Amino acid sequence: MTAPAATRAAGPRGAPDDPTDWPVRPARHPWRWAAGAAVLVLVAMFANMMLTNPAWKWHVVADYLFAETIMRALWLTVRLTVYGTVLGFGLGVVLALMRLSGSALLASVSWTYVWAFRSIPLIVQLLFWYNLAILYDRLSFGIPFGPAFVSFPTMELISPMTAAVLGLALHQAAYSAEIVRSGILAVDQGQREAAAALGIPWGRQVRRIILPQAMRTIMPTAGNEVIGLFKGTSVVYVMALGELFYRVQVIYNRTGDVVPMLMVATLWYIVLTTLLSAAQFYVERHYAKGAVRELPPTPLQRVRSFAAGLPHALRSARQPRGATR
Amino acid sequence: MTAADTPARSRTAPMVSVRGVYKRFGAAEVLRDVDLTVEAGHVTVVLGPSGSGKSTLLRCINHLERADRGHITVDGELIGYRRGRGVLHELKEKQILRQRGAIGFVFQNFNLFPHLTVLENIVEAPRYAFRRPAAEVEEQARALLERVGLAGFADAHPRTLSGGQQQRVAIARALALRPKVLLFDEPTSALDPELVGEVLDVIRDLAAGGTTMIVVTHEIGFAREVADTVVFMDQGRIVESGPPGRVLDHPAHERTRAFLEKVL
Repeated sequence: MTAPAATRAAGPRGAPDDPTDWPVRPARHPWRWAAGAAVLVLVAMFANMMLTNPAWKWHVVADYLFAETIMRALWLTVRLTVYGTVLGFGLGVVLALMRLSGSALLASVSWTYVWAFRSIPLIVQLLFWYNLAILYDRLSFGIPFGPAFVSFPTMELISPMTAAVLGLALHQAAYSAEIVRSGILAVDQGQREAAAALGIPWGRQVRRIILPQAMRTIMPTAGNEVIGLFKGTSVVYVMALGELFYRVQVIYNRTGDVVPMLMVATLWYIVLTTLLSAAQFYVERHYAKGAVRELPPTPLQRVRSFAAGLPHALRSARQPRGATR
Repeated sequence: MTAADTPARSRTAPMVSVRGVYKRFGAAEVLRDVDLTVEAGHVTVVLGPSGSGKSTLLRCINHLERADRGHITVDGELIGYRRGRGVLHELKEKQILRQRGAIGFVFQNFNLFPHLTVLENIVEAPRYAFRRPAAEVEEQARALLERVGLAGFADAHPRTLSGGQQQRVAIARALALRPKVLLFDEPTSALDPELVGEVLDVIRDLAAGGTTMIVVTHEIGFAREVADTVVFMDQGRIVESGPPGRVLDHPAHERTRAFLEKVL
């Protein structure tokens, strides 16, 4: 019984019972289809609920979505995010390098900074900056403990905008410092040694060799942080700064359209978060150069290759296996 | 600056001189009063069991590690210190980095910069640390790549290369600074056996060209063929040294004999 079967299996290619060129019938997944249908029904119900209920007042959303006040508020939110990110991560890099430097003094200053600013809630800190004038009514620049060269009234120097940027950036710096530090620690020690052995100066070791490689580890978390900061800017409403959330509140307190105005803010938060996520993808892809043999395709490339493969896939489903490549 | 640029210095002075170098990590004495002299144009191969202090010795020579006692000179220049009146002044990081330009170092794990291309790896130090003109540095880098048999790989990223190719790039990178001496820390230990030969060929070629080298390795055959001097280290001491014929075939010490029996 087994012997003839073995001979048949090993028979010449193209023999009637040789499966090499037989067409393949894909496996069927009926439950997958059933689950898909159920989810589609739920999605349709959800859409129906959102669109047909007049209480959502979509026409109000449409009226205000591109209104000038909202645009100006959005612009302020974007600016707060950019300043917070740039200053926060800038200071974060400095703090991380201090922490990792050989100096015990610098390391403990950095540690203390992170400890302090992680301990104080952002909203409390913002109110401190906002009310700085109560503590110090004039700020001076001069010789430490000595005479001052110039002096400003605190109220003039620390505007609500300055206070907001200071608060967001200093808060962000504490978290960024830890993210940057984790990235630097993840770079192989040998990289630093090789750079030192080649006589590359310290500053360039950091900028050219260490940080670009650390970015691979830093980026996913940094993306979280920037998006968190972008939405977190809404807390500066406590300082009556006209950013997106504050402006929306002002409008609905006047008109009573609470839900539609919140929807306006939500839609803009979603749009900008989407843009930030996309930016993150491309930045990560940039820093993946050299670390992976082949870069992952961009979404555009993915769509293109899917579209190019589609007719082929349809054809091959019906054709014998040998015809496909 | 290469050795040929300094005719004023007497040729009889050794290229590398290690005197009474002692180093400990915590309780472990890694180097115990090591003396070593390497003449210009000579190849010294350092053998010994792991933990015998070979790598630490190399890392002391380019000051990646600081010796607790003793001193090291390369081409007459004291490494890491400046002579004062009866005291040694520690050099600043910047001056030590400059001294390292004269001392090429090739690591066991290559330590190429993965995010830079092969060419960028090679030109980085001469171009940005030693401020040599871009055109000259690139031309030299391409010539070096040709010399190590990787002419077509200038724009590749290191991780797309085989281990042997990566190590050859690392050698080219070290040579780009025109060092007076090249140090190899187990250059073939991280390689698949079939890739060892291509790296040793490059080192052999450098030896034939008169490059001063100190090579820490486990390749006894290579030591026999290329070394002018073989040094055997154990437990932080140099047990014996001499021409390969003597140390490898007629070792004077029992410890050397036992080691060679195991690795041959």
